[in-house]
Amino acid sequence: MSFMYDVIIVGAGPAGTCCAKKLAERGFSVKVYDRRKSIGEPKRCGEGVSENIEKLIGKIPERCIAQRIKGARIYAPNGKFLEAVLDQGGFILERKVFDKWLAEEAVKSGAKVRTNSFISDFLKENNYFVGVKGEFFGEPFEEKSKIVVCATGAESALRKKALDIHSPLNLIDSCLQYEMSGIETDSDFIHVYLGNQIAPRGYCWVFPKGKDRANVGVGVMPGKEKARYFLEKFIDSHPELKKGSIIEVNAGCVPVGGLPKNAVSNGLIICGEAANHVNPIHGGGISEAIISSHVAADIISEALERDDFSEKFLSKFNDIWWEKRGKYLRKVEKLREVVEKLSDNNLNDFVEVLKPGDIIDFTRGSKLSVFAKVLMRKPSLVSLAKHLL
Amino acid sequence: MWSIDRDKCMACGGCVSVCPRGALELKEEIIHDKKLCILCKSCEKTCPVNAIKIE
Repeated sequence: MSFMYDVIIVGAGPAGTCCAKKLAERGFSVKVYDRRKSIGEPKRCGEGVSENIEKLIGKIPERCIAQRIKGARIYAPNGKFLEAVLDQGGFILERKVFDKWLAEEAVKSGAKVRTNSFISDFLKENNYFVGVKGEFFGEPFEEKSKIVVCATGAESALRKKALDIHSPLNLIDSCLQYEMSGIETDSDFIHVYLGNQIAPRGYCWVFPKGKDRANVGVGVMPGKEKARYFLEKFIDSHPELKKGSIIEVNAGCVPVGGLPKNAVSNGLIICGEAANHVNPIHGGGISEAIISSHVAADIISEALERDDFSEKFLSKFNDIWWEKRGKYLRKVEKLREVVEKLSDNNLNDFVEVLKPGDIIDFTRGSKLSVFAKVLMRKPSLVSLAKHLL
Repeated sequence: MWSIDRDKCMACGGCVSVCPRGALELKEEIIHDKKLCILCKSCEKTCPVNAIKIE
């Protein structure tokens, strides 16, 4: 069989381009296709990341960074907040610039990238994934590779076609965000607002990009009232936001659980958000996507050296990802299952008694026993606490 | 009956990610396959901007 590339990657978000860079650096031939006309657009998220991301991808150029932050303020329904300072700090990115930079890095390493290329399906032979078919300027094309990576995000039908992965309604948050200008905010922090009236299961956020500009958004469990309803209600109740202007609208949905035991098949790996590799409590997906894509690149490199693209060999991806990230994210998912059952009064109590440092540990899946102990103080919450232990 | 208001739709693909049947696809815009759709309303419930209606 003749292959045009060692690896074809579908999707040029952070997962796709970071996987491509690693593989190209090791001398493998890689092609990345993306449906969109321009990488990074439209943006899909609040653009916040912890500074730890630089341990994964090296120094991020200044042009990709809209704002440096010290940490997060978590607001209870009653308006009181706790301030969690990150040891390393964090960034609000310009995703359109950042994603393009990642793509350029992949290209510099030797990968090929092409946008405006809708991939409609995979090519399969003898029960192996062997390439993709799609359209470029509406003209059909097919391309073969030894291994295919599906890094499309959750919004593509390909993950369902490949491994029957979809996100049931109880495991997805529906999100809407306005990038606003002419507002006022404390730009040293991201601002996270909790409450069953404010955002059922999810939260509203203000992620600053300067003192008078921010991503203002909401993520909620799908229900009768839509994300738009909650976002507009939130902005209306905050005069410092209400006086601003909307300069961009972003929509999207983010998986908040449903981590698949298996994300591989013969000749195929699914990584990043397409595999629901997202933090289930805050919905942050950039760092998780990059870690997931690096694990994929390591396994693919080994598979190419051994000339073994079987599901059996590629399943090492499952083992390593679950050991490295899955077991922690599963704990975070349990925490999310508990938090979404708390009343506004419970949330008020929590913001009162929790230590700021603990909050950051919780979102990383550690110290959950501390959270459980706080729950145990209220007899009505003991059964929820047991869910964490 | 499945319908979409293209003026409201942001083409974010949220509906695609929840479809249990693979009846939706995001190309330039959302494509719906009537033959696969079971009118389960997952897409209608997920849409952040209320663009999908099932009646």
